[in-house]
Amino acid sequence: MTMPNAGTRGPAPANPGVIATADDPANPLRDPRDRRIPRVAGPCVMVMFGVTGDLARKKLMPALYDLANRGLLPPGFSLVGFARRDWEDEDFAQITYESVKEHARTPFRETVWQQLSEGVRFVPGEFDDDAAFDTLARTVSQLDRERGTGGNYAFYLSIPPKFFPTVVQQLKRSGLSDPGPADPVTGRTSWRRVVIEKPFGHDLESARELNAIVDAVFPAHSVFRIDHYLGKETVQNILALRFANTLYEPIWNRGYVDHVQITMSEDIGIGGRAGYYDGIGAARDVIQNHLLQLLALTAMEEPVSFAADSLRQEKEKVLSAVRLPVDLAAGTARGQYAAGWQGGRQVLGYLEEDGIPPDSRTETYAAVRLMLDTRRWAGVPFYLRTGKRLTRRMTEIALMFQRAPHLPFAATDTKELGQNALVIRVQPDEGVTVRFGSKVPGGAMEVRDVNMDFAYGQSFTESSPEAYERLILDVLIGDPPLFPRQEEVELSWRILDPIEQFWAENTKPEQYVSGSPGPASADAMMARDGRAWRRL
Amino acid sequence: MTIDLTDTTTGAISNALTEARRRLGGMTMGMVLTLIIVTDEEGQYDAIRAANEAAREHPCRILAMITRRPKADSRLDAEIRVGEASPGETIVLRMYGPLGQHADSVAAPLLVPDVPVVTWWPDRAPEVPAAHPLGVLAQRRVTDSAAADMPQAVLADLARAYRPGDTDFGWTRATAWRSLLAATLDQPHPKLEAGEVQAEQENPTADLIASWLNLKLDIPMRRTVSGGPGITRVSFDTSDGDITISRLDGRTATLSWPGRPDRMVALHRRETAELLAEELRRLDPDEVYAETLRRLDTRGIETAPVVDPEADERVIS
Repeated sequence: MTMPNAGTRGPAPANPGVIATADDPANPLRDPRDRRIPRVAGPCVMVMFGVTGDLARKKLMPALYDLANRGLLPPGFSLVGFARRDWEDEDFAQITYESVKEHARTPFRETVWQQLSEGVRFVPGEFDDDAAFDTLARTVSQLDRERGTGGNYAFYLSIPPKFFPTVVQQLKRSGLSDPGPADPVTGRTSWRRVVIEKPFGHDLESARELNAIVDAVFPAHSVFRIDHYLGKETVQNILALRFANTLYEPIWNRGYVDHVQITMSEDIGIGGRAGYYDGIGAARDVIQNHLLQLLALTAMEEPVSFAADSLRQEKEKVLSAVRLPVDLAAGTARGQYAAGWQGGRQVLGYLEEDGIPPDSRTETYAAVRLMLDTRRWAGVPFYLRTGKRLTRRMTEIALMFQRAPHLPFAATDTKELGQNALVIRVQPDEGVTVRFGSKVPGGAMEVRDVNMDFAYGQSFTESSPEAYERLILDVLIGDPPLFPRQEEVELSWRILDPIEQFWAENTKPEQYVSGSPGPASADAMMARDGRAWRRL
Repeated sequence: MTIDLTDTTTGAISNALTEARRRLGGMTMGMVLTLIIVTDEEGQYDAIRAANEAAREHPCRILAMITRRPKADSRLDAEIRVGEASPGETIVLRMYGPLGQHADSVAAPLLVPDVPVVTWWPDRAPEVPAAHPLGVLAQRRVTDSAAADMPQAVLADLARAYRPGDTDFGWTRATAWRSLLAATLDQPHPKLEAGEVQAEQENPTADLIASWLNLKLDIPMRRTVSGGPGITRVSFDTSDGDITISRLDGRTATLSWPGRPDRMVALHRRETAELLAEELRRLDPDEVYAETLRRLDTRGIETAPVVDPEADERVIS
């Protein structure tokens, strides 16, 4: 995905949503060999709904500042906030200022802030208030005139999906969603893009409904679904690791791999998210999007290029090859955290959390075994697990290799030798570990597991961009490879829906002690296959 | 920790490094390169500080090579710093007497195996970087023509001495300007007739930008002189009027476009550490720099008749 803009080139107007003004092949100053010059977004306005939320304050606004500080935002870039607050532009600018000061990754520079803040506007109103959206429409067209933003708007819907229908309809009614006719002189059309965050529905049907709502107003290529995991350096590094090297691809198949474990564990509970979380649960919250995306990147075939379409095709292919366990009771596990001690502190159980009904059957831990019906992976199980209030916070993809077919050592020599493993650590401590057997120094021949470690390193990651910086920039440039398409969302729900249905009808989540590695049924699920989870 | 070794050898330095790593609990870093800094006592502090900062993005072993008292007896002193300011290792090497002529014999055994080597001359650039004993070891050689008394003459020398892998901070400083210019011309624009780069008298970056625009856009470029700081304006003459980017305070630029509102954009001058970090990001030859430098050398920058009494003009066409 470091391939610059391969997906955005091409003959112009047929596809105005993905034609970025940047990277225009007609610009002689852009030389593909000149990699010092970064991709910079063209003139545009970002309209943000839900500016009072945590995500906007902690991630989105700081990311915009960091982009500006790195010189990646266009001159005149403007940010319009829309929310149900009695604020003036200055109040919103002040909120933005505070969130930038507190959360930005790059050092605070007054001049950068000055430049950014000149383009900050606020429009107060309810989502069903026609007048407020008319004001919004006037505000952005005024920005076009005052700041030369060229009529290009990105709408960031950082709001609960239940508001989507209203907001999307309002954008249509007020004419904001309509890019208008092409410029008679240049033949260019301005663009409209809409950014949505997970959850993309809670099952296949609702995902389709949600999509229909957005799709009715915005064409598919201008909808950007954010899965912030895909913006992470380590996740993009999966592609580099697999397809830029010769070392791994020959063993990346059923001939060598015994099984794959994909884990995302959190040490925290649900915090203040009771309203959202209850009824959704760990599988819908994490497996449907993050873990299945990681599975797709790990298991897919080599795309013909890193253009958005090629990449998405391969991901869709492999997701459509996923087969569920025949016996869902034996091939899945779910749990709910009980009171206990986590990280040295006494914590409540899920059912005792504020806002959770005492008879809730929502799971906070989910594990599934998936098979892939492809030549490469036939017979290799992919174990996915996620949970809250587990031993520690960690996300990783572990390829566990088969044991050597023959060991020319005495059995006692290799007693401590485990399976070879290649582990991609997504967070924290991003990097790659290779585990293999090595002789223990000394007179006897004794073989023991050792790690060979590549770490992006603490200091190194300090300067690597946040996932949201990368993703927002890609939206503004119109570069879609890192955003899942509706087809992928639907395929993921097809995988998860039967499991959710089975759970709803047959099981109650098993309680597990907070701070433990998960419920006993998850361990039993692995033990039946003669395997064990990697230690958290 | 800091370890001082006086009158030592590279073997002893290697042992001390291994020992230090062991004592710090084996906290080795995946070092991605060796950075050799060729400097003197006066320049070493700033150079090492910048390198340490750049090492946060590119964990590396820094070898600071300082030549002292050429008339003295040969002697090597080393100061090893590990687990301190930077995630890698810093070794300050002071070479006395005739040893100063054989710095490569000191640096070569201390290179991190299997990873690239970059040599940086923060102060005075050698005549032929690729032929300098410490340049021979490196695949990337970084000079700073602006540090010289006569930057333009140095740049001309560097152009003639160019080998793939050479680069100059004069070019690195141009990146922010160049990316803003590229972004500006991404937008539909009237035909460009000619252009101007205005900067302080001695400013290799401005010369390189003028040469780059001349090369890529194939339009005559004027190079005019102002009081600075740095580059103060780049503009294009078009049939509709001038497209101008001006930056008078070294921090914020104003983009003026005929018939459109002026727009502000942050365009600050960067610290040495940031320049160095950019250089370490790519270690393959920079072909665009090579072509720009060659164009500058072959076409030169001619001094044009002074039109504006305040502006001294030179033209490349």
